[in-house]
Amino acid sequence: MAVTVKTFASASEAAGALSSDRSARYLGGGTLVMRALNEGDVSISTVVRAQDQALTRIDASGPRITLGAGVTFARVLAERDLGFLHAPARSIGGPAVRNMGTVGGNLFAPNPYGDFTVALLALDATVAVAGGFGSRDIPIEEFLQARDRQAGALVLSISCTRPASTEAFRYRKIARIKPKGGSVITLAAHLPISGGRIAGARIALGSMAPTQIRARAAERALDGRSLDAATIAAAASAVTEGTSPSDNALGSAWYRREIVGVHLRRLLSGQE
Amino acid sequence: MSKIPLQFRHNGRDVAIFVDGGTNLLVALRELIGDMTPKFGCGQGGCGTCSVLIDGELHLSCLTLAETVAGRAVETLDGMKQGPNLHPLQRAFADNFAAQCGYCTPGMLMAAKALLDRNPSPSRDEVIEAISGNICRCTGYEPIINAILAAAGGRVSA
Repeated sequence: MAVTVKTFASASEAAGALSSDRSARYLGGGTLVMRALNEGDVSISTVVRAQDQALTRIDASGPRITLGAGVTFARVLAERDLGFLHAPARSIGGPAVRNMGTVGGNLFAPNPYGDFTVALLALDATVAVAGGFGSRDIPIEEFLQARDRQAGALVLSISCTRPASTEAFRYRKIARIKPKGGSVITLAAHLPISGGRIAGARIALGSMAPTQIRARAAERALDGRSLDAATIAAAASAVTEGTSPSDNALGSAWYRREIVGVHLRRLLSGQE
Repeated sequence: MSKIPLQFRHNGRDVAIFVDGGTNLLVALRELIGDMTPKFGCGQGGCGTCSVLIDGELHLSCLTLAETVAGRAVETLDGMKQGPNLHPLQRAFADNFAAQCGYCTPGMLMAAKALLDRNPSPSRDEVIEAISGNICRCTGYEPIINAILAAAGGRVSA
């Protein structure tokens, strides 16, 4: 079925068109919306696009980085100043998907996708969203909790603070096929260290719930402690608390619960 | 619903077509231009056999809204041969038995070309990474990897 394509010069015009039409979807890199159209998704009757250069801007020079929603994973990988995001960007798709898929679209990618968002959740990113009401900044965790209701809003950019060191941010995606494959589970950890102790740990998990979630019990097990074997073991045994994984072709819910602690232990202890 | 006029460069030649809203580039190439080299595999971005180059960058034509290529250069396998001669990558695929049923071959060749255009002497790992978005159910990949390395190294029969 043919759909109406509306192309706008500015993101704010596109946001207006998106918020006023429940059957409109925003087309970023195409890996989600074109796939839905190819599958005959009749809930989409309008496709909205914006050719606004602000959506593809990267500001990676300072301690706080901002990625336009339309920045592709290939561009993240080409940016030397974004080294801390290279592992999550590289873990997505093959080269063609990385040339197309965007960091904004990844916020909406359902399981077993959305790996980049796991990294951004661990980094406590802020999502700038435009709707019919104007634009506002939303913490990524709040954005994800209300993701099903975000379809009428347009993501403009995502920003986060650069981790203090390469040790402070870690990422691991478990896939059955290498180098490319959907996620069995995905883990990211941000471990700021203050006076030899972890202060403000954030552990994020993909494919362990309907959206990417934080493992708060594991975070509590880490906070205020040094990253030693006992602390890591406590975090690993607490990591399934609050998770609700599903069965899919890549793994069962049981299997995901069994392995997530093992992989968190390996991630925190720096094992390959 | 009205048709949308679309002009772009297809293998070095200007083309002008009318597309329906929401038409993907794969349908535009195959059904409206008659270039049957990009194949339909999954329609989901999972198999890679519809791969084409857009302004030299590897893209999945089934996930590309046709009208987004307006004014841009699209390269498909149909444009790869050099006059009457096969492209060195095509020659290497033939020499190394890299095509069996052949359905993945157009996408594999475009992914390989995207790699060699940027990196003329890739490592084996770089070749594996470059074709990681392309599925082959016949060869087990080894002959394809060897063919791409042979083309890169110039070890191809004339």
